[in-house]
Amino acid sequence: MENATLIPHLFRTEYRKLVSVLSCLFGIGYIQVAEDIVSDTFLLATELWVVKGTPQNPVAWLYTVAKNKTKDYLKHDTIFAQKVAKELQYRQGTTEEIDIDLTPKNITDSQLAMMFAVCHPCISAEAQICLSLNLLCGFGAREISDAFLTNKEVIYKRLQRAKEKLKSANIKIAQPTMPEISERLPTVLTTLYLLFNEGYYSSSQNTTLRKDLCLEAMRLNYLLVENELTNTPAANALVALMCFHASRFEARTNANGETILYDDQDTTLWNKELIAKGEQYLNQASQGSSLTNYHLEAAIAWWHTHKEDTAEKWENILQLYNKLLLLQYSPVAALNRTFALAKANGKPEAIIEAEKLNLTGNHFYYSLLGNLYTGLNNPKALQHYTTALHLATSITDKATITKNIEKLQNH
Amino acid sequence: MKEFLMVFRMDHTANSVQPSPEEMQANMKHWQDWMGGIAAQNKLANPGSRLGSEGKVVTANNVVTDGPYAEIKETIGGYIIVKAESIAAAAELGKNCPILHVGGNVEVRPVVAMDDNS
Repeated sequence: MENATLIPHLFRTEYRKLVSVLSCLFGIGYIQVAEDIVSDTFLLATELWVVKGTPQNPVAWLYTVAKNKTKDYLKHDTIFAQKVAKELQYRQGTTEEIDIDLTPKNITDSQLAMMFAVCHPCISAEAQICLSLNLLCGFGAREISDAFLTNKEVIYKRLQRAKEKLKSANIKIAQPTMPEISERLPTVLTTLYLLFNEGYYSSSQNTTLRKDLCLEAMRLNYLLVENELTNTPAANALVALMCFHASRFEARTNANGETILYDDQDTTLWNKELIAKGEQYLNQASQGSSLTNYHLEAAIAWWHTHKEDTAEKWENILQLYNKLLLLQYSPVAALNRTFALAKANGKPEAIIEAEKLNLTGNHFYYSLLGNLYTGLNNPKALQHYTTALHLATSITDKATITKNIEKLQNH
Repeated sequence: MKEFLMVFRMDHTANSVQPSPEEMQANMKHWQDWMGGIAAQNKLANPGSRLGSEGKVVTANNVVTDGPYAEIKETIGGYIIVKAESIAAAAELGKNCPILHVGGNVEVRPVVAMDDNS
């Protein structure tokens, strides 16, 4: 790999590992220091590698430089020398140099510890996602703001505030204990779920970035199922859900980054390996008696890996949505349930149910009504699609609705 | 939104013929779809429970007798708790309840909140 591509690649894969290890070492109050040291390391790489050539083992080079910079900092920064270094020497039981452990095991442990620290309930879900992207995935404020369709300053402030809050709450970055896992794992899973959805359903036109968000969520989720303590049925169900959704990555956008709807997708582009992997995790998730929304959503997603419109498929999806709504209401689930009802029990029944939902203000609601009335009462369908078009804000959504209107008019 | 209890009652003496597995499955689907419909409106406060057919009655002097069926024909088959603006709106939710197809009825009662002294 050339430096021009190698360094960004390494930044993506190694930055987050180094930041996690150093943050774990220093404590929550010094995340900024950890980030600065790692950023400096990459800056030095960019400068030196151009002049002297890429080292034989670039990763080892980065680790060594980061270690040396850390040791330097511990010695020369007054606050660090007095507070952090003393504490570390005490913890490691040495008066000698402090050991900076960059073994794969410690890297994984540190990332897991960071995940649980970042997903602390003292900060909002939104802030948790931002911080996860920043610290666990190595995304800069610019990339995060692109994904969230907001400006860089907003994200920058959000990150600063979240870090301050974690600092003042004095959250420990440590291997979570069993009680902490059962208390905080649901939040961690929610964050990963939202992170994945952010990528999967984001209205950002940047498809590469969106896919990266999904892959990062999956990577962090794998960390959980690979660790004995966090390998719970819910965590497995969430991986399964992500695998089934991700299997359609290549089929759901065209070369211009435009969305290809499910019905129009080329199934030969669906990733069979990911589907099989998802099935494995879903089996794993079925051990034990817990049934979470991830289980139900993964099961629904599994049925969607079969494109044929069979009665069995839609009846199963309908009952899964019924169960999901009993467990936890959400407007999205209510709308999808009504769509499944139309497929399983027919459009007339679904129209009656849809009109009870009263989700005015939601453009998906009017798109659903448009779909249900299509073929039964086309003028009414058109009216609903038009309302949907007025309410939709993103380019992607507007394009989809416009396509549906064209289909209706060409009939 | 207030909470209302929905009690499903039916005449246990009327249904002497054991339903076929297909009928039971169809009945099950009716219930799931009907409850899913209420949940989809975000009006299901508690999915409640289905009750078994056995019953014992404890009366004065701690006398225990079999079944609540001695004098009344109707038994309670189950209950759920819904959320609605008014008792009329809650009753509206009771329409199309599967129990109605088998000769049963739905009783709707307001749940009295702790701070409600009316």
